[in-house]
Order: sequence, then C-alpha cells, then structure tokens
Amino acid sequence: MSAEKIVGTGRGNRFLRVVLYAVLILFALYYLLPLYVMVVNSVKPLDEIRQGDMLSLPQIFTLEPWAKAWSSAQIGVQPTGLRPYFFNSILMVVPAVAISTILGALNGYVLTKWRFRGDDVVFGLILLSCFIPFQIALIPAARILGMLGLAGTTTGLVLIHVVYGLGFTTLFFRNYYAAFPTELVRAAQIDGARFFQIFRRILLPSSAPIIVVTVIWQFTNIWNDFLFGVSFGDFDSLPMTVALNNLVSSSGGVKEYNVHFAGAILAALPTLIVYIVSGRYFVRGLMAGAVKG
Amino acid sequence: MSRNRLQDLIPRLVLSPSLALILIFVYAFILYTLYLSMTDSRMLPSYGFVGFENYEKLWNLRHWWRALGNLAIFGSLYIVICSVLGLFLAILLDQKIRGEGFLRPIYLYPMALSFIVTGTAWKWFLDPGIGLESTMHQWGWTGFEFAWIKDRNLAIYTVVIAAVWQSSGFVMAMFLAGLRGVDGEIIKAAQMDGASNVTIYRRIIIPMMRPVFLSAFVVLAHLAIKSYDLVVALTGGGPGQATELPATFMYSYTFTRNQMGIGASSAIIMLVMIFSIIIPYLYSELRPGRQR
Amino acid sequence: MAFLKIENLRKSFGKVDVLKGIDLEIEEGGFLVLVGPSGCGKSTLLNTIAGLEAISSGSISIAGKVVNDLHPSERDIAMVFQSYALYPNMTVAENIGFGMEIRGVPKPERDKAIAKVAETLQIGQLLTRKPSQLSGGQRQRVAMGRALVREPQVFLFDEPLSNLDAKLRVDMRTEIKRLHQRMGTTIVYVTHDQIEAMTLATRIAVLKDGVLQQFGTPAEIYNKPANLFVADFMGSPSMNLIPATVEADGGNVGIVMQRDEGAPLVLPLANGAAVNLAARNGQKVVFGIRPEALTDPDSADRNARQVSELDCEIEVIEPAGSDTFAVTRLGGREIIARLRADAPISAGQTARLAFNLDKAVIFDPETQARIL
Repeated sequence: MSAEKIVGTGRGNRFLRVVLYAVLILFALYYLLPLYVMVVNSVKPLDEIRQGDMLSLPQIFTLEPWAKAWSSAQIGVQPTGLRPYFFNSILMVVPAVAISTILGALNGYVLTKWRFRGDDVVFGLILLSCFIPFQIALIPAARILGMLGLAGTTTGLVLIHVVYGLGFTTLFFRNYYAAFPTELVRAAQIDGARFFQIFRRILLPSSAPIIVVTVIWQFTNIWNDFLFGVSFGDFDSLPMTVALNNLVSSSGGVKEYNVHFAGAILAALPTLIVYIVSGRYFVRGLMAGAVKG
Repeated sequence: MSRNRLQDLIPRLVLSPSLALILIFVYAFILYTLYLSMTDSRMLPSYGFVGFENYEKLWNLRHWWRALGNLAIFGSLYIVICSVLGLFLAILLDQKIRGEGFLRPIYLYPMALSFIVTGTAWKWFLDPGIGLESTMHQWGWTGFEFAWIKDRNLAIYTVVIAAVWQSSGFVMAMFLAGLRGVDGEIIKAAQMDGASNVTIYRRIIIPMMRPVFLSAFVVLAHLAIKSYDLVVALTGGGPGQATELPATFMYSYTFTRNQMGIGASSAIIMLVMIFSIIIPYLYSELRPGRQR
Repeated sequence: MAFLKIENLRKSFGKVDVLKGIDLEIEEGGFLVLVGPSGCGKSTLLNTIAGLEAISSGSISIAGKVVNDLHPSERDIAMVFQSYALYPNMTVAENIGFGMEIRGVPKPERDKAIAKVAETLQIGQLLTRKPSQLSGGQRQRVAMGRALVREPQVFLFDEPLSNLDAKLRVDMRTEIKRLHQRMGTTIVYVTHDQIEAMTLATRIAVLKDGVLQQFGTPAEIYNKPANLFVADFMGSPSMNLIPATVEADGGNVGIVMQRDEGAPLVLPLANGAAVNLAARNGQKVVFGIRPEALTDPDSADRNARQVSELDCEIEVIEPAGSDTFAVTRLGGREIIARLRADAPISAGQTARLAFNLDKAVIFDPETQARIL
C-alpha cells in the first residue's frame, strides 16, 4: 500500500535527497553513540579512559573489565561481580514470563469467546492495572510479601511481576482473540470439544504470533525492572539491574568506568539479543501496549 | 445437566485467579495506600488517623514542589521533543528510503534497554571529567563546556536528553505505522488537486495523525510520571534535589526518610495524575470499538 | 408428525428481545428455510437450535426429545457455518474427523468414515491439505463433509453459500438439494437470499424483527403472502404494491388506481372476490401484483380466469435477455411488468398490459395483512 504513495519523491530533487540521507544518518549516529561509548570504553584500560577521550578506539584492547564486571567486581559489600545477579534475574524472569503469559492467554480466551454479563467491567479493571504508578503498591506489597514469607525471595518477585504484567498479557491476547473467528469455537462445540479442548486444539495452534509478542514484551519489561527489584529483593534475589546500579553508584574507591560499561552491556545483552533476533515482534508488542484495538 | 452447569462456570473460574490478584494487588492496595496517606505512619504503617494532615504537610514541602516543578519541565519537554522528533523521523523515513530496514532498528533499539543501562551510559558520557567535555578538550576545543549534569539548574535537562534518546524511536515507530496506514488514494486525490508534498503533509497527513498524537501523548505522559529508574541511575536525584521527581520523592520519603504517611500521600497524587490522563483516553478508545 | 418442534421460543440479550415467541415445526426429512433481512433473528434462532446460545424461554425438541439444556454436541445435529469455520491448523481429514476424535472413536473407524464422506463429496484428493490451500468451493465441500460425517438427525446451515461467487453459489445450491433428496435428513437452513429459500425449501419461515411473519410452503409464501412485508421481501423483482381504493357498485366491485395523467385505472374483480370486498367500499387498500402477472397480452396466462387489459404509459425498458422488464407508474408508484423478450414496446410509448387478476392480492394498509 505504501508503494502506491508517491509523496516525497519529487523528481530531480537530488540535493534534497542527499540532505535527507545526511539527516537520517546523523540521527542514526545519535542513537548509536551511547552504545558505541559503552562498547569501546568497556575494552579499554582505566588509564586510557581517564586521559579523557571517550570517543577514541582503544589503544590497548583488554577484556579484563568484562571479566571483572562478571565475576569479581564489588557489588554492595560482596566482591561477586554481576554473575549471581544475572542468574537471579534469569530465575525470576523465566517463571514470571511463563505464568503471566499463560494466564493472559486464558483470560483473553474467556473475555472474547466465553463472554458473560459484566465481562467488559472485568476487562476494564484488568486493563487499568497496566497504568497504575507502582509507587502506589510498594508499601502494601512489601507487607503482603512479608506476611506470605516471600519478602526478599525470587518467588516474591515472580508473584509481583506476574500480577503487574497480567494487564498487558490479557490485553494482548484479548485483542488477538477478538479477531479470531468465533464460528471456529462454535464448530468445535458442535464437534463436542469443551472449554480446555477448544483452547488447546483450536486457539492455541493459531496463537504463535501473539505468544511471541507477549513473551518478548514481558521478558523485556521484567528483565529491565528496577523498582520492584530494589524494593523487594535481597542478595539471593536482587536482579541484574539493581546490581548494576549498585556497581555504578558505589561510593568510595576508584570509579572503574570500564567495568561499569562492561556491566551495563552485560545487563543490556539479553534484551538486546531478543530485540535483534525478533525486532519485528518487539515493535508490534510496543504498539499493542499503546492500546491499539 | 449438572455437568453442563459446571461447564458454564469454567470460564469464570479460569478468570477468577487473575481477577482476584488484580483486585487485591491493584485496587485493595490503592485503598490501603489511600488509607495510609491519612495516618501517622512513619517507619512502619501505623493506624492513627490524621485526616488530610499528610497532604497539608506534603503541599508545604519545598522538596515536593521541586519534584513537581521538575516533573513539569521534564514531562513537557520529554513529550514535546519525543513527539516532534518522532514525527519528523517518521516522515523522513517514509520517503521510500533505501536502507530503511537498517535505520529503523537503530532508532528503536534504545527502547529495549533498561533505564538503568541508559542512565549509566549517559551518566558517564555527560560527566565533564571523563565524558563529552573532556573528549572535546582532548580534541583541542579547550573552551568547550558541558557540565549540565553537575549544575543544579540544568541537571534536569540531562534527564530529558537521556529519556528522549530512549523513547523517541518508539514514538517514531508509532507515527511510521500511522503514516503507512494513510489511504494512498487520498494522497493521489490531493496530488490531482495540485498540492505540493509539504502541503499534503501539513494539511492532510499530519491532521490524520491525531489518534497517534493522542496515543503517543498518553504513553509518554504515563512514562514521565512513572519515571524513576532513569533518575536513580543518571543523577540519583541530585545534585541536591535538582532532579528529584515525584517517583523518587515517594521512594525516599517512604523508605529512607521514614515518612510513610507523606510518601503514601504523594503516591496517591501520582495515581490521580495518571488516571486523569488515562481514564478519559481508555474511555474514548474502548467505547466506539466495542463489539456486540 | 413434527420432527423438529419449536414452541414459543424467546431469546433476549439483556433488554433487547431478539426472538419474540417463535412457533415452528418441520416433519422428518423436511427442508426448513429461515429467511429474513439481516437482524431479523434468523441466525440467532438457528444458534438456539444448535445449542450455541441459551434460550430465555420456550422449548426446542428434536425427534420428540426436549433438547433445551443439552450441549450442542449432545443434540445430534451438525452445522455448516457461513465462514465454513474450518480449523486452520488441521488438514481436511483432521477437520472432518475432529468430532469423532473428541468422542473417542478409534482411528481406523474414523478413517473409514472420512473416506466415505470424501467420496460422496468428491474431495478425496484434498484430504491432506490445509484449509488455506483450498478454494472457496472446496472449503464449502469440506465444511459439508464435516457435517455429513456425523450422520445427525438434523443438519443446520447458516448462510452457507453467501461467501461464494454467483455461479458457484447456483451450483452448490443444486448440490445441496441433491444431497437432501438422496439422504432425506431434516435440514434447517438460514439465508437472506429469497431465491435460495424458494428453490431449496419444503417449508419457509419468514422472520422480521424476531417475529415470525409467515410459515408455509414456498408456493403459499409466494402466491399468498400473509402481509405486505412478506409480499415485498419474497420474489425478484419484488411484487408491485400499489395504493388503491375499493369501489363497490351493487354486485360489481372494482379496484381504482390513480394515474399521473389521464383517468384512474379501474380493475373489475371476479365475483368470489367481490363479495369479500364489497363491505370496504371507498376504503384504501394496497393492490399487489407480481411482475410476471402483469405482462403483454400475448404472454398472458391462457388458463387464467380473469385477465384485464389496460393501456399504460411505459417509462423505461430493461431488457434482461430472457424477458424484458417495463417500468410504468400507477398510484404514484413505479410498477414493473415482465414482458416476453421480443415484445414490441419502447420507452415513452403507451402499451397495452394484461393484469392477471387470479394472481393479484389485496392488503389492508393499516394492519398490513392480506385481505384477499
């Protein structure tokens, strides 16, 4: 459809085209600059950074900052590097993403194919939960986790992330299943299939695109979360983002910028890889999050 | 017969755990925090009812006004710059650009990063001691000065720079999707009428982007009010209180200054701000599109 | 004896009454067509028979057994949907066999049944394909196959032909009729296409706004529509409905219709009819006559007992190949007459038209009901 549009391709405007590309490339550089700074400075020795040229390529190439960030940097009081926190994050993200996606899929299925009186009120309540400032939940959530004996545990963080991700996962699946032909569900009912059979045999096989979108969205959000991690985590459960912040903002001692940059890249790597591998779906997820539909 | 009744209940049974979680963790929590905001809670929740005293205290705190003022500056600049830049880049990318598939992901990737990572990167890049300023000095431009991040009056603008860097690509993607959705025949009709490309954008296409502007506004306003991680990583709220936002204010009053009542009341104010934007939007967005 | 019986069926969504007390029945092996404009409740009625929507009150029985509270799969019915509703992730064979699989029928038995149905519908070569690889007509056949394989007591069709192009639609219509004749299973069929209704049905139920307008054989519906709505809805081009007045003069009763120019037209009615109308002297009525009963004198039905010939001003001529339609005006309305293809007639002329009054009907404009 965009092929039909002829806007902007004025004939003979070669000069304008050059300007256009120049501007676009300039912005590309702006977006790439911080990543470039992080990468080149993470493989320089500290002295080279201190000399003050952040933009130059390393004169001496070293992977030491990476090794240090990963396994021996001082984080809080312990010189453990980011490694244990990386695994904390993994242990938190995987179940939280899985559970919230499954619940979201079932919710979307019920809200579109098994409608009942008041279902739009239920959906409205779930949807609105996407938008609350989490500060409103910090104090009571801390108390509830304490009462459940989950304070400072990965399980507690999983619970929190599942709850506050439900709004999005339900929204995604609801919008997707709303476009799924209801006649297929009816045909399956006549064929004798019941609630879960219809879900498993009829809807689920057609849900791959929205599952991918939802998983990416949830993975990115939960991996990148800081507020819940810093509020409810402790050593055995603190996620990567909090550890990175502790590494960077630890006062005292020399500021090891190269280690900080290496740590930042380590913290960014999982989501960046997901983005590079499946950017198309990632963008679609962002759009869906903007309540389109 | 009884089997059918059970079957009828299954959908609601399936939905109920989620609904229960949401009702507790969202709505009951809101009520609880609302209640706390009217108590004399300090380090721990306590239930001495004090009415609106915390709100009075809150609105008398220069610190809170500073946070709100910063939010006004940060929020408006963040929303305006992201929207303008996003629309601008989207229009440029919509000119049948060779290499669009290469450029678009570059504009968008910051959205995949954690605000903590973004904050770390920009923190050191903007640091006058080792970052941009010192680099320029190295390159021979010794008069170059860029120390906003250390300046009480300017530090909030560095938060804007980093936040715009992170989000503008996403706004670009929203606008690009909007532009791609414009009916080609309308554009052809305008061209038949002899409209120039600039006129077509100004008079026809951009006005048609109204819903995208609205969506972008809502998403960005909501992100701005919630902004917490970026400030923590970039400036830690400082220098002094120069980059304090309501979200950081709430956290520090509740958990480090042991003023839980005031912290709770600031959280309620944040909720009111967000809902006054979101609820009208959701209402307008969901009403006409409803089926049945 | 009624095989499918629907009594005083009501259905409401919240405050909206979609079906307002429907009574219908069809004998075993009958072909019942539910027809009406969109939103008349015909699809809802079908869904309640299928058990896909709960009813608010009334009862539905199949073969003497009330099925109100039975799950769709326990009603011994099969359904063909408008969109065909083929499961996109399954092959044709899996689609057809899904119901049996759910019921736990062993695989060899399933395969046998699938093969048999595939042979009946000549879709054997399609069995391993996915629905997305099929044409519209092929999907339609698979959807029918999925219904046939159940060997149900009643088949339900929900506008099964509306997604096909015109030619294929006619072919499939014939095919459905042939299938029905061969198997003799009871069918309930929903359509908004009145030609489909006429060609397929043994009984037609015309619905409007959730109310049954008329229930009868196709001939009854066509020739003796119960009211103005049915008269207008069934038939294409639709029945001419002309405002008129009754004029009784002793034993002679006539129908008077105004013309734009010239004297009013007066059509004398036969004795039998006259008796019923004499009491309405001077009252307004609606005179209804189908285009094929209004023709050139040469084509008029020789067996008709009562034909009146009158001169009419022809405004437009629409040759349609097999026939020619002529548009004239009577009683302030556009009237369509159906002439033979080579009738010597042209626009702007006055032509002699024959009114076959045997086929004419008369309605009360107040109650809308047919009075003659």
